[in-house]
Amino acid sequence: MSTVTDRPVPAGGQLPPPAPARRRRRSQAGIAHVFLTPFLLGLVLITAGPLLASLYLAFTDYDMLSAPSFVGIENFERMFADQNWRASVSVTLRYVVISVPLQLAFALLLAAGLDKGIRGLSFYRSAFYLPSLLGSSVAIAILWRQIFGDSGLINQALALIGIEGSSWLQNPDTALSTLIVLNVWTFGSPMVIFLAGLRQIPEELYEAARVDGAGKIREFRSITMPLITPIIFFNLILQTIGSFQAFTQAHIISGGLGGPLNSTLFYTLYLYRQAFVNYNMGYAAAMAWVLLVVIAVFTAVYFLTSKYWVHYGDE
Amino acid sequence: MAALLTAARGGGAAAPSALDARRRPRRRLRRLLRHLFLLVFVLLMVYPLLWMVVSSFKPGELVLTQPGIVPEAVTLENYRFGWNALNEPFTHYLINSFLVAFGAILGNLFSCSLTAYALARLEFRARKAYFAIVLGSVMLPMHALVIPQYIAFSELGFVNTYVPLLLPKFLATDAFFIFLLMQFIRTLPRELDQAAMIDGASPFRIFWSVILPLLQPALVTTAVFTFIWTWNDYFTPLIYLTQSEMYTVSVALKSLVDVQTSSGTGILFAMSLISLVPIFIFFITAQKYLVQGIATTGLK
Repeated sequence: MSTVTDRPVPAGGQLPPPAPARRRRRSQAGIAHVFLTPFLLGLVLITAGPLLASLYLAFTDYDMLSAPSFVGIENFERMFADQNWRASVSVTLRYVVISVPLQLAFALLLAAGLDKGIRGLSFYRSAFYLPSLLGSSVAIAILWRQIFGDSGLINQALALIGIEGSSWLQNPDTALSTLIVLNVWTFGSPMVIFLAGLRQIPEELYEAARVDGAGKIREFRSITMPLITPIIFFNLILQTIGSFQAFTQAHIISGGLGGPLNSTLFYTLYLYRQAFVNYNMGYAAAMAWVLLVVIAVFTAVYFLTSKYWVHYGDE
Repeated sequence: MAALLTAARGGGAAAPSALDARRRPRRRLRRLLRHLFLLVFVLLMVYPLLWMVVSSFKPGELVLTQPGIVPEAVTLENYRFGWNALNEPFTHYLINSFLVAFGAILGNLFSCSLTAYALARLEFRARKAYFAIVLGSVMLPMHALVIPQYIAFSELGFVNTYVPLLLPKFLATDAFFIFLLMQFIRTLPRELDQAAMIDGASPFRIFWSVILPLLQPALVTTAVFTFIWTWNDYFTPLIYLTQSEMYTVSVALKSLVDVQTSSGTGILFAMSLISLVPIFIFFITAQKYLVQGIATTGLK
């Protein structure tokens, strides 16, 4: 008889109260880890293990033929003396610093223009969002290469109005800009996030502002902007992380070399060349760790400065 | 919220004051201008795509001279040439890509839903730590992992197989989807689980019979995004697939670029377009899920 009582068996109409979370905590650890088996295997084999291994490799010289030899911080010293590496840092930073704010500005402005029950919202949203889905594909990189090519769409259009085009992709001053334009073109996904955020702003605020005689610009500056800062923050982090890792477009458009004159030598492109063309695995691992640290620093700066410009309402 | 918006809109139109009546023509004009602006912007955004579609049907020389989207001559030659320009017919690469993409979908649905359920619903001490790892790995650049991964897969003899492309998906490494599914599970009432538990269902039973069926919209979102991302992925197949019969569409397109000179632009466009068709189809049929997925988690 007494052995039955320690299991909560519902009898008749008397249901036991919902099991409190505290009592279940002990018993579910085992079953949770069964559910988490794929995740934990992935964590060890695909994420944490390789992360540690790449940290080790960063201090070695390894060509995949002979065993890795420990070289201390030589890889990092070599990096700072490496002209190509310095070029790749400069290209990537310029790309991130210019294209991310531009992309977010377009995303926010169009989201603000699309809000407020505009007709055909879903049509506009789809049309603006489509490039985001396609943007990272090889097909679009091929298209872009043609658009800015010597006899490409841009120069054909310029010729129609009597302007002689330029060799956009052959000119080190303009080659990076074409890739920035491509990134800005994919503003649709941050725009959709902005749209979702704008929905959350209570309409009463705008009504109150209108009663006070505020104009559209004033409304945007005093209501929309402050209330949307958490979404800006979120988009800023996501797009920065994504842009630091841009690869496909540069690899296709520059034929894998990052030219002309290293002007499109994205960091990941140089890393790819060092690792998988030259098989300098140690050097490439060191480069990867620098990228990791730089992304972490950017993210940390966003978080640290966020209290000055991100407003979380009353909470 | 939506009700509030429509109420605000309807209210404005239903109760016109004298002031409103005077302003109405001006407001209508403003609305018209806004649509005009937006439409011009849409055209600008989509023009390159339209032009690519049209150009893929133009005879070779015309691609490089006509910026318009009304073709003067139409031909299917680009498609015919492009389809057989590489070692294998293009169908072969399409099938490869579909195999990889469906494998990835299977892997993500399996592994991410299990992980999300455990992290969202089960009580255990390490839960918060695991969740922090999930969030942190969203920020982790894949390049910091790819070198040792490559070395390991190559030592194990998996270069030129789809194992390096698929194994990570079965091991819940796409943290985005774990996050997306967790967010969705949190919106499901806990009473459902508790009722099932009282009826004597095990956590596996609850997961399979209660949570999974309700999770369907989030699972569709996961599947569609996994398809599009895997289909577009270039870096991973570029590294791991070196034999042309194993190529996915993106690597096949890259080798088509290497083979074709500038006169082959029409051919490149034709095959590029073919490669985009599946994405278009997914985009059109699953738009609702895509937008929802984006809005709730900020996926690309």
